[in-house]
Amino acid sequence: MQSAAASYVSLDALKSNRNALAEPVDAPAHAGCGTSGGEGKASCGTSDGPDDMPADVWNKVKNHPCYSEEAHHHYARMHVAVAPACNIQCNYCNRKYDCSNESRPGVVSQKLTPEQAVKKVVAVASEIPQMTVLGIAGPGDSLASPKKTFETFRMLQEQAPDIKLCLSTNGLALPGLVDEICKYNIDHVTITINMVDPEVGAKIYPWIFWDHRRVTGVEAATILHQQQMLGLEMLTARGVLTKINSVLIPGINDEHLIEVNREVKKRGAFLHNIMPLISEAEHGTVFGLTGQRGPTAQELKAVQDACMGGANLMRHCRQCRADAVGLLGEDRSEEFTLDKIEEMEVVYDLDRRRSYQDRVEAERQAQHAAKVEALAATQDAGAADGIKVLVAVATTGGGRVNQHFGHADEFQIFEVSAGEALFVGHRRVDLFCQGGYGEDEKLPSIVTAINDCHAVLVSKIGACPRDELKAAGIEPVDNYVDEFIEKAALSWFADYTGRVARGETVHQARGDASIRQGAFTAAA
Amino acid sequence: MSLKIIADLCTGCSACEPECPNEAISEKKNLFIIDPDKCTECEGDYDTPQCVAVCPVDHCILPLAA
Repeated sequence: MQSAAASYVSLDALKSNRNALAEPVDAPAHAGCGTSGGEGKASCGTSDGPDDMPADVWNKVKNHPCYSEEAHHHYARMHVAVAPACNIQCNYCNRKYDCSNESRPGVVSQKLTPEQAVKKVVAVASEIPQMTVLGIAGPGDSLASPKKTFETFRMLQEQAPDIKLCLSTNGLALPGLVDEICKYNIDHVTITINMVDPEVGAKIYPWIFWDHRRVTGVEAATILHQQQMLGLEMLTARGVLTKINSVLIPGINDEHLIEVNREVKKRGAFLHNIMPLISEAEHGTVFGLTGQRGPTAQELKAVQDACMGGANLMRHCRQCRADAVGLLGEDRSEEFTLDKIEEMEVVYDLDRRRSYQDRVEAERQAQHAAKVEALAATQDAGAADGIKVLVAVATTGGGRVNQHFGHADEFQIFEVSAGEALFVGHRRVDLFCQGGYGEDEKLPSIVTAINDCHAVLVSKIGACPRDELKAAGIEPVDNYVDEFIEKAALSWFADYTGRVARGETVHQARGDASIRQGAFTAAA
Repeated sequence: MSLKIIADLCTGCSACEPECPNEAISEKKNLFIIDPDKCTECEGDYDTPQCVAVCPVDHCILPLAA
């Protein structure tokens, strides 16, 4: 996979560029995922100085869509739902709930035996050769049913040795299973850590099952906390990369997550993913029923920004289901139900997968090189006066502004200031345009979702939504079609600050935006 | 003396099965059932019935009416 032609940016160059970007811990810029103005940042960023990502680490993350922001545009992952049992109860989870129209962790339509799971993985890997990663994420806890989880990994290693294995866990059973994890070469483990203070934990976890009894309250949270920290330390000592997922629950652990970030960073966590609570009464969760709300876009971003100096932040998480298949943000699991897999003729062709992935890698590096070149030619905004704004971008991929406003089911959000356009997240929206015509009743929900943005960059937009966006104070921009996103964003920003400087536009702060909740049906 | 899993409430998550000291729990049509001849409600083994303690659904596992 390292055999890219000389005209492409080499992996070594990417790595050395990354290292050159390493900055002191207190530097506010360049942290998190995304490409920062003009410089060749390839992946989820090392925000902190000493961690300059050695070659073995880069090899582990470079084609893992969850660990590398850039990789997630090119490589796919899948989860198999072999682990339905759980050993703790969380107030944001209801194990009874199952809906195929919904995308959130812990939700799954069909649980699988290890044998069925392996069959499914092999079928998907043959059909989707850029599928490089298999994860076990539940729908319960992967380590609460260790036999099923490790049996799946064992069989997969024999049948599909090129697929990377990872798992996610609440951490309660982790310390006792670290040896087993290392035995199967699992080099990515996600631990959900929502607190480092048991008093906070008691508000999130009503009980755990521990040492043959149900333990509640602060005692339960204390045990969970100790197991999580111990498990994380043990994984770090064994060289396993860890991602920490934290659910941001306003009023319960919002500011506390900054402390969580500090503690997990101290113990060697590679990546920290701060996700919004998904909470609706119809989900039947404790938080849903008590009316506990999720965070607004600004609340989420404030906590993420406050953690920028800590562990690298993951900003591209789509909170996918425990049986998701495909690129992040898409779910092709419907194509691979048990019935359909039974009928498939599957030949696991390792050579074909390798040569396809070589093409994907070459394409990715070509894209990266073109972007670096385009950004080098981008003019900085002159008198920006410290202005910093968010812009929403409609894209179908390739890192370019290339999607019709009405066809977007999510927008990428970039934070733009003089000389820098930084990817800070995604906003999911309902499709505005279905079947070729815009549906006006859906427009307000899109405006709500990107209401904190000054502009939305699209390839095209209809007259009606254009006027509505303007009325809401969001500038629709369609004159940077097919440009690289960062270049388009910086060019628009230079234009915008120019207009502000000339007095043609008055710069005003935007309001907050809401994070999409509840059922999401992907376009069929 | 035995416990019973209420089928309407069982999510089929399987958490109870490995915890039973008597191997009284088995899977049936994606849900789980308790063999009343084997169940001891964990008396002599644990302070509380293990299946009840680990089950994520309240009132899903109850004493079998005599």
